[in-house]
Amino acid sequence: MIPELGHFALILALLLSGLQAVFGIAGASLARERWMATVQPAVAGQFVMLAAAMGTLIAAFVTHDFSVKYVAENSNTALPLFYRIAALWGAHEGSLLLWIFILSVWTVAVALASGGLPRPFVARVLGVLGFVSFGFLLFTLATSNPFARLVPAAPDGRDLNPLLQDFALALHPPLLYTGYVGFAIAFAFACAAMLEGRVDQSWARWARPWTASAWAFLTIGISLGSWWAYYELGWGGFWFWDPVENASFMPWLVGAALLHSLAVTDKRGLFKSWTLLLAILAFSLSLLGTFLVRSGVLVSVHSFAADPARGIFILGFLITVIGGALALYAWRAPALGSQAGFELGARESFLLFNNILLVIAAAVVFGGTMAPLVSDALGLGTLSVGPPYFEPTFLLPMLPLLALLAVGIHANWKRGRLGASRRRWLGAGVLALVLAIAVSFGFYGSPGWLTLTGFALGIWILLSSLVEPINRLRRGLMLPRAVLGMTVAHAGLAVFVIGVTAVQSYSQERDVGLKPGEAVTLDRYEFRFGGVQPVEGPNYDGVRGQVTVTRDGHALVELTPEKRRYWVQRQVMTEASIDAGVRRDLFAALGEDLGANTWSIRVQVRPLIRFVWLGAYLMALGGFLAATDRRYRTARARVAEDTRAGAPTQTEVAASQA
Amino acid sequence: MTPRRKRLVLVLAILIGVGAAGALALQAFRENVMFFFDPSQITSGQAPTGERFRLGGMVEKGSVVRTPGSLEVRFVVTDFRHQVPVSYTGVLPDLFRDGQGVVAHGRLGTDGVFVADEVLAKHDENYMPPEVQRSLEKAHGGRLPPQSPP
Repeated sequence: MIPELGHFALILALLLSGLQAVFGIAGASLARERWMATVQPAVAGQFVMLAAAMGTLIAAFVTHDFSVKYVAENSNTALPLFYRIAALWGAHEGSLLLWIFILSVWTVAVALASGGLPRPFVARVLGVLGFVSFGFLLFTLATSNPFARLVPAAPDGRDLNPLLQDFALALHPPLLYTGYVGFAIAFAFACAAMLEGRVDQSWARWARPWTASAWAFLTIGISLGSWWAYYELGWGGFWFWDPVENASFMPWLVGAALLHSLAVTDKRGLFKSWTLLLAILAFSLSLLGTFLVRSGVLVSVHSFAADPARGIFILGFLITVIGGALALYAWRAPALGSQAGFELGARESFLLFNNILLVIAAAVVFGGTMAPLVSDALGLGTLSVGPPYFEPTFLLPMLPLLALLAVGIHANWKRGRLGASRRRWLGAGVLALVLAIAVSFGFYGSPGWLTLTGFALGIWILLSSLVEPINRLRRGLMLPRAVLGMTVAHAGLAVFVIGVTAVQSYSQERDVGLKPGEAVTLDRYEFRFGGVQPVEGPNYDGVRGQVTVTRDGHALVELTPEKRRYWVQRQVMTEASIDAGVRRDLFAALGEDLGANTWSIRVQVRPLIRFVWLGAYLMALGGFLAATDRRYRTARARVAEDTRAGAPTQTEVAASQA
Repeated sequence: MTPRRKRLVLVLAILIGVGAAGALALQAFRENVMFFFDPSQITSGQAPTGERFRLGGMVEKGSVVRTPGSLEVRFVVTDFRHQVPVSYTGVLPDLFRDGQGVVAHGRLGTDGVFVADEVLAKHDENYMPPEVQRSLEKAHGGRLPPQSPP
């Protein structure tokens, strides 16, 4: 009975989202106050229904209701409570429900925070969001109902995929989706602005905090996934250019471009139509990511379903949303010219290049990710594209981007007077180069030119991003959250670049066969194998190896890699053992019994790999800080006052002054 | 420079940049793309020797031979019509098993032995790499041979 209530709640949510879409968009176009007034209650009602559906499914997992097919396929009586709840998004149907629920949470947040915005605009934004929600709900109900029953009920469940029984991975999907779905807000803002035919600076100011927080969530989601792949899959790296990783990385890149383009639109009223296009692209790539991952066209740990009906539905929805938005764009964008100019050395130029380079990077990733699909569909042969393609082509736009960032931080709006700040950025650059040489020779030895470039760029950006805030603080000025956020995010990028450079240049790894008592030496670290012992967990058994690491004769740490066999799915899993450190990670994974009392063991030393994730988290923190700047809140209040008093909007004032 | 000239320079710079990036990306793509071949295609000589490619199929039952105490392993990949011997030195993935689907990256030697530098079987037991699935279906007129449970 209870699962049927959840199903029913989903149907009601579908109806409410339909109302929200129709009354929001049509009500604003026809200026019907009553219609617009129904939108907010529809948003609230839809949220309640989706929360009820989520609660129902969680209850089914917690109480082991194996008469629900989805629960029977993804849970088990031996599964710990935490993973039973996380199992909700362990497969296709539940992930979709989570996607829709998160969209609803974002929509409620927009509805609550939009008190000061013009009413028709809010109605349009919520209407567009309602349309997206409607599409996904229809998809869920038609092809992927998580409440479908299993007759007869299973005596016990088939268990959650052991790969997914992990803390970071339990958090990875919700955060990643929060990021993906958050770009729906920027998309809805863009569509609403195009429907109104008006994009001004206050529009950009409204869209900025939403975009920044969505991007920050996406950053955390991606880096959690990368961290998980590092220690759980045992491949021993942080990024593999796997198609599904790329699917989340493309919206991230375009989202980063959008953030910077919105800054120009907000501050200077420029790049209007470009900003709109980026907002459409970012969300389209999020949808494409969902499509690629969920339709089963990609081969990966993430691909759940291979039901062609699902793929075709998502593809149709994708074409409707993207095609509709682009048609709207083609119709409205030509009217949105920007008059103001800027000089070549001005901040606008740097941000323009930032945008171009980020979009090129996204295009490069897009090409490599889609080529196998296209080639396959056209019957040109089955091919695969891996790191040898992605690494050089991705660096190509990235290296100039990083160099331009280090200089561009010092540029002013409108006027290109880089000469005035030359001492700063040139000084920082020279210092960075000296430090890069010192670090690589002092700690690691014999760097290639790419290693030096990487270190130098990272340090240069770090120094450059800190100059302005330190100057301000020294003069006793306050740091607005937006500036602080920018600084933290850029410093995070610098830390990330330094980490990636060290990992890519100085990692060492070996696969060896060892008998108990034998050792292998990597760098200055000696890994001595001490044999294996049996272990047993709540839903698995296996063996635990013992690897003692010493450096220059001093015992450092004992690593205990495991080989587990999960009972229900009879799946064997490698549980790598990692000694994490600021300066380096020591990694050991158990291979298999090679006979003759020998085990295969994979050992690795990876310098500064923690910097990669630390950098990502700093970038996310920067995004959150910038999103909570007071300026966005006061801007809303001011616009509300202006509208009430019938005062001219800021753009009109700016235009009359120009 | 007049604003018009400046804009022209800017646009030209962007075009050259984008063009160069596109050309280089295409070049990298052409050099680094890997094609897939199944045992039947290899036996009929369609696969290149000396170039890296992907080989996929089933690990033939009972074909996995280890040199005791070493990382060297030899096995046979089959599509149930033709067989290709594979040699590999390294740690095999968790899900590598007799009678299961597998994809190997490597080069075909002149002696007809495929020397793999990477072996993939990183999915659950029910999983079959799609290209392997298709090649098996092709070899058996759309039907997969019945598999005995593990």
